[in-house]
Amino acid sequence: MLEQYLPVLILVELAIILAIAFILLSRLLGPNRPASNKLGAYESGMDPIGQARDRYSVSFYIIAMEFIVFDLEVIFIYPWAVRYQEFGEGTLWAMMLFIFILFLGLIYTLKKGSFDWDTEHTATRKPRL
Amino acid sequence: MDPTLFSTLVMLAVVLLFLMPSAAVTVYAERRVSAFIQNRYGPNRVGPMGLFQPFADVIKLFLKEDIIPTGANRFLYTLAPMIPVTTAVITVGVIPFSEHVYIADLNIGVLYLLAVASLSVYGVTLAGWASNSKYSLLGGLRAAAQMISYELPMGVALASVILFAGSLSVLDIVNSQDIWWNIFRNPIGFVIFTVAVFAEANRTPFDLVEAEQELVGGFHTEYSSMKFGTFFLAEYMHVVIGSMLITTFFFGGYHLPFAGYWLPEMSVLAKSILDIFVFIAKTVFWVFVFIWVRWTIPRFKYNQLMRLGWTRMLPIAILNFAVLAVILYYL
Amino acid sequence: MEIYLFILFATLAVAAAVGMITSKDTVNSALFLVVNLISVAGIFLLLRAQFLAVIQILVYGGAIMVLFLFVIMLLNLSSEENMISRFSVKYAIAFLLGVVVLSQLLYAIASVTGTLPYVSPEMERVGTVEALGDALFSTYMLPVLVTAILLTAAVVGAILLAQRKFSGKENK
Repeated sequence: MLEQYLPVLILVELAIILAIAFILLSRLLGPNRPASNKLGAYESGMDPIGQARDRYSVSFYIIAMEFIVFDLEVIFIYPWAVRYQEFGEGTLWAMMLFIFILFLGLIYTLKKGSFDWDTEHTATRKPRL
Repeated sequence: MDPTLFSTLVMLAVVLLFLMPSAAVTVYAERRVSAFIQNRYGPNRVGPMGLFQPFADVIKLFLKEDIIPTGANRFLYTLAPMIPVTTAVITVGVIPFSEHVYIADLNIGVLYLLAVASLSVYGVTLAGWASNSKYSLLGGLRAAAQMISYELPMGVALASVILFAGSLSVLDIVNSQDIWWNIFRNPIGFVIFTVAVFAEANRTPFDLVEAEQELVGGFHTEYSSMKFGTFFLAEYMHVVIGSMLITTFFFGGYHLPFAGYWLPEMSVLAKSILDIFVFIAKTVFWVFVFIWVRWTIPRFKYNQLMRLGWTRMLPIAILNFAVLAVILYYL
Repeated sequence: MEIYLFILFATLAVAAAVGMITSKDTVNSALFLVVNLISVAGIFLLLRAQFLAVIQILVYGGAIMVLFLFVIMLLNLSSEENMISRFSVKYAIAFLLGVVVLSQLLYAIASVTGTLPYVSPEMERVGTVEALGDALFSTYMLPVLVTAILLTAAVVGAILLAQRKFSGKENK
């Protein structure tokens, strides 16, 4: 079994070497003439105001959390999808129940409008499902 | 040396030598096709019909100055461009080009693809974060949220493909399509998967990440030289790989249409050559569709993108999976 | 061959763990943790747990660590001085706990003798998706369903926790 993974491991190593080679080569081949204007952050020609790393919308955070939960659901589905023909009817409907319960969670999130990224102006519309 | 190991090593070399230029050729194709669509000439100076343009571009990028902005986190700034190109290359590990030509046939092939795709999120996020530029940070965050949002419909659509094959091995999935391709058996899954692949590759209409009008270059605004080139190359590799994935999972992989009915038995060598040609032809077709869509369809707004992913595609994908499972079980 | 791979993954895992604790930048720490998780996935693979290995990368590497990164960026904890605590009592307690854990670990390591355990052909089958699915959806069907409820609760909890800071959209 492990022999199957050896080519993959070699591929991963090759890919990493390739990526490092790209970066190193451009470092070595290119000129290096730093200047304060050149090294500043790009802000459409103006001097940058403040730091870029600021707090940002909590919505990104919600997306990441929701992703974890539904990712887990998908992972439970995979082993079942491989062998579903071997199991009895009871397991089929139990799995449908599993999907249904998680679907409820999804509907709850949608109704709460967590993925409604509309601005205040357009947010007066009811969230459509 | 063990002969199977030797053949896989040869395969590795061939695939890498094939993938690198394929990204360059895709860049060239995109510029020519977009020029054709917009009634322009496109690159036509370097070499016959401008064919050497991508190589000239790469050489130029190598020779340009490599800038690290003062406010940037030097380590992460250098690390970030390596990630997308690495994940793009290692995706090919489980894609079969023919019944006999593949790098590895893993018991968990599909999950391997999903795992690798989920790691590519780091490249854009870290690039945005490390640059210390507002455009980069916003672009990187948008990219990350978009990629993880569309990974879910993609995963569920792939689960519905597994229902037909009964295996997570990519080779088994392709072989289950020797008569009926999955696009006919699972059209909804196909649409969802295709849209998700477009979104994962950050291509129009989902290229909010680098929406020029609002974010300049998105997460790679601050990048120059081959660091930018690496992002650029990775983007086109993702186009090629996305095309390969659509071909593999829904377009019958290396099978000719309904090949199970009429294709006679062939020797291993003849079959491999035929398979590889069929596979490349289908991949080229899908690369063309990627380009065609980019120059035809306008960009979404970010709220529309999120709404499409979570309120439309994910529920439809889950319902499609459940209905297909019940139908197939009682069939 | 296997022992070399094990040494490679184990060294990488330990080095990444040390890097995670000692690195001054929290984003770097998170990345070291990603490297650590991936190396542990490699060790799972050496134990023939293919499914577990890939899930480790998919869930921990791809989902949970992305959330970690988002949170670190959200809080903007970029340098170490933000985290230094004022009370040295905490350090003392942490040090004591650390010593206890370390001695346990050392004891565990010392009590292991010999080389890697022998993997029989039957064991190779256990790590596959098919074997896992057979166990999950026959003997452990009920826990799977309970997991669904747990996950739904997690969804609701996540929304309730974060939504309050939203711009009051849900009041309309």
